[in-house]
Amino acid sequence: MRALTVLVTALWLMLSAALAPTAAAATAIADPDLSRLVNQLAEGGFDEVEAAIGALVATGDDRVSSILDKLGSGDLFVRKADRVVVLTEAAGRELKLTDPVTGADLGMVPKAAVEKIRVNNRLRRTVAAAIGTLTLRSDDPAVRRSAAEAVMKSKDASAIPALDAAIAAEPDEGVKGVMIAARATAVMASDLPEADKLAAVETIGDLGTRDALAMLTSYTGLEGPVGEAARKAATSIESGLLLWDAAQNISYGISLGSVLLLAAIGLAITFGVMGVINMAHGEMVMIGAYTTFVVQEIIRTSAPGLFDYSLLIALPLAFLVSGGIGVLIERSVIRWLYGRPLETLLATWGVSLILQQAVRTIFGAQNREVGNPSWMSGSFMVGELSITWSRLWIIVFSLVVFAGLMLVLKRTTFGLQTRAVTQNRSMASAMGIRTPWVDAFTFGLGSGIAGIAGVALSQIGNVSPNLGQGYIIDSFMVVVFGGVGNLWGTLVGAMTLGIANKLMEPYAGAVLGKILLLVFIILFIQKRPRGLFALKGRAIEA
Amino acid sequence: MITGFLLNGFDTRARIVVAILIAIALLVPAANLMLPPDHPLHVPTYLVTLMGKYFAYALLALAVDLVWGYCGILSLGHSAFFALGGYAMGMYLMRQIGTRGVYADPILPDFMVFLNWKELPWFWYGFDMFWFAALMVVLVPGAIAFVFGWFAFRSRVTGVYLSIITQALTYALLLAFFRNDMGFGGNNGLTDFKDILGYNVQADTTRATLFALTVLFLALFFFIASAITRSKLGKVLVGVRDAESRTRFLGYRVENYKLFVWTLSAMMAGVAGALYVPQVGIINPSEFAPANSIEAVIWVAVGGRGTLVGPIVGAITVNFGKTWFTGVLPEFWLFALGALFIVVTLFLPKGIVGTVQAFWANRRRPAAPASLAPEPAE
Repeated sequence: MRALTVLVTALWLMLSAALAPTAAAATAIADPDLSRLVNQLAEGGFDEVEAAIGALVATGDDRVSSILDKLGSGDLFVRKADRVVVLTEAAGRELKLTDPVTGADLGMVPKAAVEKIRVNNRLRRTVAAAIGTLTLRSDDPAVRRSAAEAVMKSKDASAIPALDAAIAAEPDEGVKGVMIAARATAVMASDLPEADKLAAVETIGDLGTRDALAMLTSYTGLEGPVGEAARKAATSIESGLLLWDAAQNISYGISLGSVLLLAAIGLAITFGVMGVINMAHGEMVMIGAYTTFVVQEIIRTSAPGLFDYSLLIALPLAFLVSGGIGVLIERSVIRWLYGRPLETLLATWGVSLILQQAVRTIFGAQNREVGNPSWMSGSFMVGELSITWSRLWIIVFSLVVFAGLMLVLKRTTFGLQTRAVTQNRSMASAMGIRTPWVDAFTFGLGSGIAGIAGVALSQIGNVSPNLGQGYIIDSFMVVVFGGVGNLWGTLVGAMTLGIANKLMEPYAGAVLGKILLLVFIILFIQKRPRGLFALKGRAIEA
Repeated sequence: MITGFLLNGFDTRARIVVAILIAIALLVPAANLMLPPDHPLHVPTYLVTLMGKYFAYALLALAVDLVWGYCGILSLGHSAFFALGGYAMGMYLMRQIGTRGVYADPILPDFMVFLNWKELPWFWYGFDMFWFAALMVVLVPGAIAFVFGWFAFRSRVTGVYLSIITQALTYALLLAFFRNDMGFGGNNGLTDFKDILGYNVQADTTRATLFALTVLFLALFFFIASAITRSKLGKVLVGVRDAESRTRFLGYRVENYKLFVWTLSAMMAGVAGALYVPQVGIINPSEFAPANSIEAVIWVAVGGRGTLVGPIVGAITVNFGKTWFTGVLPEFWLFALGALFIVVTLFLPKGIVGTVQAFWANRRRPAAPASLAPEPAE
């Protein structure tokens, strides 16, 4: 059976290959010849008209499809005097005639001088199929694709030969896939023999997409081998889609994880490395987002051309603004509270209230809109996965930030001093490290990272004075879950929580999933009070 | 022994505070109900309700102080227990509405009829009886606190970690109660109450009674807390606060002491919530917000932690300030509150009461060396 299909396809291939040059040559057909063929449309009964349509299509001329379109909609007329086919346009009591081929003005005539070319339903279908064929061979891939999609909707069996020819000639793989699918749908709707239908089911099944599944479900109820094949193909698509669904959820999870990572990584420095409970951390993120907003506003008013670079400009600024405020907070409040974590918590909570209210006073309580640059908007498909550019960039960005921070902490003098101070303050001080400055700059670094996280997060959420509040609890969860004092723990913690959250969402719902996760973390901390990647050693117990 | 334990708590200072509270409980309602409205000492009803609210907060602050000031457990989740107690009371009040609701359903509260629920969920059974609801006000927060504390203290989760997971606890409950299908009215919560024990909740007499009850409960819990902190148990708690490991090495089962005081504190918070709800007339999930818990902590810090009078003074002062600020300068309340957090932690670590006490102690014995009593550490 399949051999037959292959044979048929091969035949069509040869035939269309033979036709292709003719078609190319025919586009240059002379006007008189085309006019003669067009005039044939007005001669004889419906059968003759159908033959004339066939002849017109065979020319492959670009003008044919618009003429046929007029014929199908009943707008094509014939001049009674000389049986010339014309287009008409109402002009007062008379009609203005134009030549359908050349577009030449043929003068004014009274309405009685022309007569409409009648079409019946059969002819209309023929016309539609003919137009389909013509557009299937258009030079524009988008036109070809939409023509194929039209066939997929209409399931018109008469389009099969045209599709076959088009498939053979199609250079674009994507469009070809659509055409093949369209052909299969048309075959299923036709009264072609079972063998063709089985092959068509297989073709549809191979697509493996959600649309293909929808197509197949209309045939799963059929008796006989076709129905059976359809059922089988449908189940295999379903199981494939299940995998895609899982993959999609994981991709959402990674995206959420990267957001959590961005929000938490600054906290991993201030809380994890320095041991400062910074409840104002969320507000540092918020300030970063507002910095982006201000940058975009300035660009909008003074240099609209730079809009695509607004985020790149905002990044260093957000780092400086948030980091600067962080240093200020450290020097004015936190440095008096080292070694008193609960007091630090309360004082920084106070700072967060002040910062929130300050932003609310300056910018207003309503949400501010931060635009997406062109390279961050839109999405693309990988198989059945839909990935938005903004999410992808945020994943990349979070990993870059993570790597950068690792480098700073492990490979620079400043990082070395930071680690020395956090491990043994008095010894570091004895070695000549100016510990107060290291404290201030480390806190500034953590806050600055929170600021650039704000730049990224402004792209996927609302920018409002409460922005930071939404992230603060999650960030603490990530850091505590991952293990304090270990950046790798933060990475693993963020990704685990993000993916677990998104995998639970379809079953438990968004809110319940989050509650379950919180309960899980509460229980997890009972089991491993120091998180996933606990620092080992005896110095931990304070 | 029990009598001795109780009498022990009734020292001079506690006696004065309890006497003052009882006086307030009697005089304010009297000034509201008995004096004519144009009398200079008349207390208008709105003020009675407002002060009743403050005293409910004071009770919550006392509960926070008991665990934080005396046992070193900084709870950022006490609003959860407060709200749970409030919900238990709110459920009783909802059941009392009966056919007077918008949908006039004799059993189902309005929001359930609205959500097309056919019958009462099992956890609403019994709440038509006051004694049951009153029991739940104490039991539900107590049970949740017990289970939570059982796990947390046995695995020795301490300090900041404990604070953060208490915050996670209340956040999880916040999210849960926001859900409509939880059966607690979703984000609208429970409101539109009519009667409590057959008395109209809007009536002046009911409001005055509720106020008196709130203050009397505060006096009762103050007395209990005073008895506990002055007993041997209280000394062990302070030992846990200041040197947990050492207390453990001395042979005390630290987790049991912590669990006891933690559960008791949660029950107190539950009672506070139950007294709060009929006075304000609504309970909704925003009461669970972690920010509320942290605010309760600052009341304690302002008043002076580690003193029992402190949280009462702090809660009333801060909330009075809040009422005043939101009336006069609504923009600046958060600035003021934020500044309060910073100023208190930086410059007034002992709070108002603690500072005043230290001042008096110094005046009385100017030559004496600095107090040997341990400062409240982390």
